[in-house]
Amino acid sequence: MYVAIVFLPLFASMLAGFFGRLLGDRGAQLITCGAVSLAALLSLYAFYDVAILGHTQKVQLFEWIDSGSFEVAWALRIDQLTAVMLVVVCGVSALVHIYSIGYMAEDPHIPRFMSYLSLFTFAMLMLVTADNLVQLFFGWEGVGLASYLLIGFWYERPSANAAAIKAFLVNRIGDFGFALGIFGVFLVFDSVAFDQVFKSAPGMAGRSFEFLGWQVDIMTTLCLLLFVGAMGKSAQVPLHTWLPDAMEGPTPVSALIHAATMVTAGVFLVARFSPMFEYAPNALAVVAVVGAFTAFFAGTIGLAQNDIKRVIAYSTCSQLGYMFFAAGVHAYGAAIFHLFTHAFFKALLFLSAGAVIHAMHHEQDMRIMGGLRHHLKRTYVLFWIGSLALAGLPFFAGYFSKDIILEAAWAVHTGVGNFAFVLGLAAAVLTAFYSWRLIFMTFHGQPGARAPGRAAHPHGHDTHGHGSHGEAHAIHEAPPVMMIPLYILALGAIFAGLAFSDYFVGAGREAFWGEAIKVLPENDSIEAAHHAPLWVKLAPVAAGLIGILAAWYGYIRRPGLPGELAHTHAEAYRFLLNKWYFDEIYEFFLVRPAKWLGRLLWKGGDGRIIDGFGPDGIAASVLDLARRTSLLQTGFVYHYAFAMLIGVAILVTWYFATGHGG
Amino acid sequence: MAQPSHDFALAAPEMVLAAAAMLLLMFGAFRGNQATRVVAWGALAALAIALVLVLQAPAGRAVSFADMFVVDGFAHFAKALVLLAAALGIVMSLGFIRREGMERFEYPVLLLLATLGMLMMVSANDLLALYLGIELQSLALYVVAAFQRDNLRASEAGLKYFVLGAVASGMLLYGCSLIYGFTGTTGFDAIAATLKAQPEPPLGLIVGIVFLTAGLAFKVSAVPFHMWTPDVYEGAPTPVTAFFAIAPKVAALALFCRAMLTPFAAIVADWQQIVVFLAIASMLLGAFAAIGQNNIKRLMAYSSIGHVGYALIGLAAGGAGGIQAILIYLAIYVAMNAGTFACILCMRVRGDMVEGVGDLAGLGRNQPLLALALAIFMFSMAGVPPLAGFFGKFYVFVAAIEAKLYVLAVIGVLASAVGAYYYLRIVKLMYFDEPAEAFERRVGGEMAAVLVVTALFVVVFALFAAPILDGAGTAAQALVAGGKG
Repeated sequence: MYVAIVFLPLFASMLAGFFGRLLGDRGAQLITCGAVSLAALLSLYAFYDVAILGHTQKVQLFEWIDSGSFEVAWALRIDQLTAVMLVVVCGVSALVHIYSIGYMAEDPHIPRFMSYLSLFTFAMLMLVTADNLVQLFFGWEGVGLASYLLIGFWYERPSANAAAIKAFLVNRIGDFGFALGIFGVFLVFDSVAFDQVFKSAPGMAGRSFEFLGWQVDIMTTLCLLLFVGAMGKSAQVPLHTWLPDAMEGPTPVSALIHAATMVTAGVFLVARFSPMFEYAPNALAVVAVVGAFTAFFAGTIGLAQNDIKRVIAYSTCSQLGYMFFAAGVHAYGAAIFHLFTHAFFKALLFLSAGAVIHAMHHEQDMRIMGGLRHHLKRTYVLFWIGSLALAGLPFFAGYFSKDIILEAAWAVHTGVGNFAFVLGLAAAVLTAFYSWRLIFMTFHGQPGARAPGRAAHPHGHDTHGHGSHGEAHAIHEAPPVMMIPLYILALGAIFAGLAFSDYFVGAGREAFWGEAIKVLPENDSIEAAHHAPLWVKLAPVAAGLIGILAAWYGYIRRPGLPGELAHTHAEAYRFLLNKWYFDEIYEFFLVRPAKWLGRLLWKGGDGRIIDGFGPDGIAASVLDLARRTSLLQTGFVYHYAFAMLIGVAILVTWYFATGHGG
Repeated sequence: MAQPSHDFALAAPEMVLAAAAMLLLMFGAFRGNQATRVVAWGALAALAIALVLVLQAPAGRAVSFADMFVVDGFAHFAKALVLLAAALGIVMSLGFIRREGMERFEYPVLLLLATLGMLMMVSANDLLALYLGIELQSLALYVVAAFQRDNLRASEAGLKYFVLGAVASGMLLYGCSLIYGFTGTTGFDAIAATLKAQPEPPLGLIVGIVFLTAGLAFKVSAVPFHMWTPDVYEGAPTPVTAFFAIAPKVAALALFCRAMLTPFAAIVADWQQIVVFLAIASMLLGAFAAIGQNNIKRLMAYSSIGHVGYALIGLAAGGAGGIQAILIYLAIYVAMNAGTFACILCMRVRGDMVEGVGDLAGLGRNQPLLALALAIFMFSMAGVPPLAGFFGKFYVFVAAIEAKLYVLAVIGVLASAVGAYYYLRIVKLMYFDEPAEAFERRVGGEMAAVLVVTALFVVVFALFAAPILDGAGTAAQALVAGGKG
């Protein structure tokens, strides 16, 4: 069964990819949707079997690498953590596959798109079922590849290509750290299999090694290296810059890869390595600080963005920050819980945004939208559900997971915990604010009312022949094939928290997680969180309400206010609009020197030195030699005879000179 | 020696060829030139009978005619190869001589006589027998090189070959006399025995070996005794060139091996340096000089110089492994070259032969099958796995490595990389360039047969190599053991 879950998507991807022309659009859609939906149903059963009944198991596939003490096998590790991820990945993937049928209906490359989606699903499943670090790395790179291909899916757009390359390069930095971490783990533990590593992890706690004269703690180093990989994949500061740009990809891709699954791989990695992180408190502190800062930082940027998808992208970045600082304060269960609920409501938000974009004929600028609630009633409701869950208002999914995270942060009573708690609360306000800003800008007011210095509909060619009022006729609700996945996700966004709170972070958590997540008894922050005072429990909800009210005041009650604020605090506004100038700083300090170095090596190193002395030089001298040797061939017999005599003379002389060989 | 000193049965294949040559000569003399075809088929029949006799001959080493003539496993293998190569050469010339007005009955007879000389070279066990074999072969070949008497280039080629061959023969004889002077004998076995008794060879003997080697190197066209090769290959009629490129090379290399290993086994270190030098110079020149060539026959001349260089690596390595590698290399070389020349013989535009490399342009579109065959041969010659040519090179390089001749092996690999350039250029011309004028479609039955057989051999060699590898191994053991005994 587990083999089927993992390999069905691969099979479908290969069919759709290699025989796409043969199958046609419809065939490719049917095969990929069918295979992934089947995998999703199977993974639901797997979740019941493994996570509820506790039947963890390992499926040995075959030996992969066997070189010296380096042994790697292909095996599927099915424990509770994997089961949760299976449901998330297969479930969201299946819904996104189906949704894509409607969303991509007019695209000329449907089989390619479906094939990439399925390929991604396979790689992600490989990642979450991995039984050793090398297999994990395979999945890790596989999702990176699929992400690259899908961001650059519309390859005729330069911006999409640039975004794809950016995502790839930024991830390379993270992967470099991750690869170093794998090497380090093998060096220290002499194995890359999870079981062996986790078994010997406690023995390594507190040991150190010498690096350039420094005494460095082994566990901290390894965990930090692994976390660098997680940072890249999960878009944590300072490796977050690729995620907003990745919105160049089609919206279903953003929902699946850049919200629900791939970007959460980093969180999964930290949770999976909880048996190691538990022995590296310093590394955990770093995780918490980075996560908390990202949660706050991305929230601030979300305030000032005008592209509907970018707002949600920064929101994703921010929510990933929550997950990381949850893991950083030992609340791995809460991190995975938030991952789980987040997958539902963020996929819902993205796909709803997709429905809006679809209705607006691929217009993504919120300033041009407005008043859409009259035309897109159902989408409007769905957006509210998603945003309520995101803001963590009571009894929606996000409420349970976000609350427990903030309580856990408070409950550890450390400096880092308090830092995370304060920033987390601030981020909660920001989250609520930008979510409702999005709703108000998109669905309330008048169309195009906020487009500063732009025509009401600059993309007039999309709705050719319609006036400003006539345009309204062109806006229509998405077809059922897109809406039904949204309804399912909405159900998840409402009930996923309520239904699973007890298993993930409540009284049943120890029975639920079993061996999959390890928390040292003295570090059990979730237990402590349940004894937090009432104000701590109410604070996140209050923060959400404050954010919503602020958005209401600024965008409904006094619509001029944000503009005035932006005007009076122009510096601060530009700072946020330009995303804290991260891209500019990177451009100046990294990209330009790298380009300069690259140009130097290309023109000077490669062109002049390597080509000059290497291929080109050798080729030129070969031709020269060839010409010279042909010249030897004069055609005169006496020259030939002379050459023979010279040859004999040289050989004889050689023997005279060297004392005949001996 | 237990055997009678004149055991004619040992020389049965040679005698069949000799008798057939004379009979066919008489037949042709009475019937005139219209009998050429019959004479040619008769010659082929004689070669076939000789081949059967060679294959039937009992294993083991035997000498005859006052120890001048030796038959052993090595001789069997080399003779079989020579006979096959000669037969291929005659088959390939059938159509050509008819078309080009070369249909004279002496032609097959001369080739038969040359083949007889080659068999004698292979079996030579004495400096005199060696010389006789070489001369019999060479005299016949001088004539066929200039067989198109009304063709200026062919006459020039024949004359050059003859003059330079005479110079080489002179060197060879001078070397023989020096060796005789310092050892007191011309028999290979006797020389070996003499040298075994005296650990430090006199310098004069070494000089003799150098001269002997020079003569032999001329026959295999190793650098710097190769100068005749491009001119003769280009000038001689194409089937003659094809014959030159395959049969005499095999015989001369086999003779080279025996002449070095049997008498001079005790002083390997002395002559090894010459062979290493010849090998390196031949490989490099073969690789570099071929690049500038626009005439395909001239290109093949340099190609064969290069191939001789690779084969000589095996001799330089010495020992059973090296000899086995040479024999494998030769077998593959014969197939590749016969096939390539068959392709060249198909290069006819409106009845005339063309020889420019550029004429092959676009062959892939005009005649896909012929182009495919030529591409196979070119890839094989360039040493691309899994074609036969790769294994030929592989075994000689392995032998060199095992003999610790690392420099030789490295230079060989580098030269092979350079050589790949001009082989692959032909492939590129055929498949990627604008087509030149199309060749005549009709290829001829016998040519098609040669093409198919050789191409198949080259392609499937990797799968069915065992008999050839084993045969070459046994033959090499026989030669090395003979030298010791």
